[in-house]
Amino acid sequence: MPIFNAPTDDIKFVLHEILKCETLSALPGYEDASADLIDQIIDEGSKLCQEELFPLNQSGDEEGCHFDNGTVTTPKGFQQAYDLFTEGGWVGLSCDPEYGGMGLPQLVNFVMQEIISAANMSFGMYPGLSQGAYDAIHLHGSDEQKALYLPKIIEGKWSGTMNLTEPHCGTDLGLIRTKADPAPDEDGAYLITGSKIYISAGEHDLTENIVHLVLARLPDAPEGVKGISLFVVPKFLPKEDNGDWTIGERNGVSCGSIEKKMGIKASATCVMNYENAKGWLVGAPHKGLRAMFTMMNAARLGVGMQGLGMGEIAYQNAVAFAKDRLQMRALDGTKYPDKPADPIIVHPDVRKMLMTGKAFTEGARALSYWVGMQLDISEKHPDPAKREEAEELVALLTPIIKAYQTDMGSDVANMAVQVHGGHGFIWEYGVEQYVRDARIAQIYEGTNGIQALDLVGRKMSKKYGRLLRRFFHPLAAYIEKTQSDEALQEFVFPLAKAFAKLQQATVMIATKGLKDPNEAGAASTDYLRMFALVAMGYMWLQMAEKAQENLAGDAGEKTEFYETKLQTARFFFQKMLPETDARFKTILAGADSVMSLKAEAF
Amino acid sequence: MKILVPVKRVIDAYVKIRVKLDETGVETQNVKMSMNPFCEIAVEEAIRLKEAGKADEVVAVSAGPDACQETLRTALAIGADKAIHIQTDADLQPLAIAKLLKGVAESENPDLIILGKQAIDGDNNQTGQMLSALLGWPQGTFISSLDIEDDSIVITREIDGGLQTLRLNRPAVLTTDLRLNEPRYPSLPNMMKAKKKPIDTTTPETLGVDVSPRFETLKVSEPPAREAGVKVDSVDALIDKLKNEAKVI
Repeated sequence: MPIFNAPTDDIKFVLHEILKCETLSALPGYEDASADLIDQIIDEGSKLCQEELFPLNQSGDEEGCHFDNGTVTTPKGFQQAYDLFTEGGWVGLSCDPEYGGMGLPQLVNFVMQEIISAANMSFGMYPGLSQGAYDAIHLHGSDEQKALYLPKIIEGKWSGTMNLTEPHCGTDLGLIRTKADPAPDEDGAYLITGSKIYISAGEHDLTENIVHLVLARLPDAPEGVKGISLFVVPKFLPKEDNGDWTIGERNGVSCGSIEKKMGIKASATCVMNYENAKGWLVGAPHKGLRAMFTMMNAARLGVGMQGLGMGEIAYQNAVAFAKDRLQMRALDGTKYPDKPADPIIVHPDVRKMLMTGKAFTEGARALSYWVGMQLDISEKHPDPAKREEAEELVALLTPIIKAYQTDMGSDVANMAVQVHGGHGFIWEYGVEQYVRDARIAQIYEGTNGIQALDLVGRKMSKKYGRLLRRFFHPLAAYIEKTQSDEALQEFVFPLAKAFAKLQQATVMIATKGLKDPNEAGAASTDYLRMFALVAMGYMWLQMAEKAQENLAGDAGEKTEFYETKLQTARFFFQKMLPETDARFKTILAGADSVMSLKAEAF
Repeated sequence: MKILVPVKRVIDAYVKIRVKLDETGVETQNVKMSMNPFCEIAVEEAIRLKEAGKADEVVAVSAGPDACQETLRTALAIGADKAIHIQTDADLQPLAIAKLLKGVAESENPDLIILGKQAIDGDNNQTGQMLSALLGWPQGTFISSLDIEDDSIVITREIDGGLQTLRLNRPAVLTTDLRLNEPRYPSLPNMMKAKKKPIDTTTPETLGVDVSPRFETLKVSEPPAREAGVKVDSVDALIDKLKNEAKVI
């Protein structure tokens, strides 16, 4: 049986000692977000995830969702867990208090996304999609739409979906065919007709209503991405009842089938058919894609948190198994003579896998929480210059968080299977599920290849490289500051070198990519990985500095904790950061060997 | 009606307990701490009485170091109205806790005190009983149901032979068993509200209680590892072993 304990000590270390998250309470709207409240929320949220969501993870995988003539039933226990989750107010954690949300920082939401994903990624999809719908309506909806939908979504009585993909268009949304014609009987309403696929939470039995956000074309729409509009299409038409909203007649939207898929089997992935379904425009006509993308950015960061959560749960189970499984003796001599064999954690290769999981999860936690905090600053800081700076940093790091964390989450899940040996291949031990569940995170919300193109194609050149400078300048200053500290040199020097190579690669891609976009394209995933590793190094250097600072004083009962941080930092700088060298060489080699082979020769 | 609910901060029920190398106690460094599960049931019961309109005020109290305030915040987040923290770093034994609680009860004048029947760290199962004796109030221990009537209360106790139903006069001291209720998870809005609720602090000195330990821990050690069983070939052999080896019959 797999285990899960939310890593609250590590979470709090990052929140308080690295990020000083309590400074957020100085921002208008976040006055309540004190350190002790944040800690309590994380503790209670962890408990809910460990005790209610995690026990449903394996059973949900085994049972999956059921489809019967348009109706979708979630696995046993999901309804009860969903009710506990919504009654606790967790859907509205970072939502606007005006509509019943708690108004807590996005950072806290990031933490909860990690824990929820680790405990039960499939379950997390349902409130996760509601969050997406909330964001779209909150940012782009009319006041009437907000007043109608947002309280219901926050309460968890209604859930949300995002309908982008159609059978013939995934990445290329300009090809969308779903159409929206003005409704003859109601001013401002439209009739939506078309088919959408891969709609997570498109149909299920957890809520009384489902609020679909659908991309479709108006009759006069221009071709391509400039002719797409966003509509809200509820499963049941809302009906006013004594000042509250309740559900009225069924709208013309139905679930055609659910997909059989590799992982996240307890999350219903639906084919949605719209036949003259009544919908209302959200935001301006033809500006739907832009509206959708504001929430896509949040969703991409959310997927990054899924990658981290998968890495965490896989790592924990790999460690538990490696300590427990007795097999052979340590290479350098018996370590546990009283046992029939040594636990496999004595073996270097097993340790390398475990250390990789540990260094990844702890570094990525710092990195993504930092971005979460920047998101809060970008939304709430009274100084527009600070807001812009934070917003640019978030924009730059979003594709990096999404792609790197999901690639690594998947890698660590695979390593957990490897550590388990044959047992890892068996469903009962739980870890092969993490491989299957983690896999989708590399694909949806824009494949990781698309993330890399976003980084080199859009973010790199945006505002003449200003986004890059938002990251490069503080990092350069930090290296400058720490390089004279003797105790930190083992970390600063490798980071400074990797950073120099990253800057070189940046210039090279920018120059070559201008002449030949394939050069930028061929370098993009290597560049993203280099960037991610340097960003991880930036985090690990800060954590190492903090650990040393604490160890220099009297760390008391936390001595072991900080020593472990330092040792893990050492592993990162010695065993993971050097990957930047190989990536650099690959980038240097250019696009030719990638592109020269004729398609027929494959 | 006012209810006083003592709560204890203990090592989390899901943490695997490890004995310290020097055998002076169990490892508490870097170990997750939570509210004792039996105390959670006590808080839940008090809140349910309040929600049912049978109680007006629920006061949570905890004795121990500053970190106990976290446990009190949890009680406030579940729904307690205010909290009292008896600040002390002393090693508290049941008698000392009972005396401290008596001091608080005398100033708060509750109609009911609901405690967990035991804490999962010491497993003493003594504090409630001692408190009842010190106050001279009736006690209802190991309760699995509770009904409030006009001036008395009716409880069901879980005892060895089955269930026992008793009527007690108020004020009374009750201790909870596992089946009394299933505690809720604190909701986010309640956690936020709890932040604004008051926590008063006092000390053993203010309450005039000498908390020094009455007994001394000599050694704490792991239970001996369980040895592999043996198969016996006859009933006689079994009886012989039970008599002469295990010495249980």
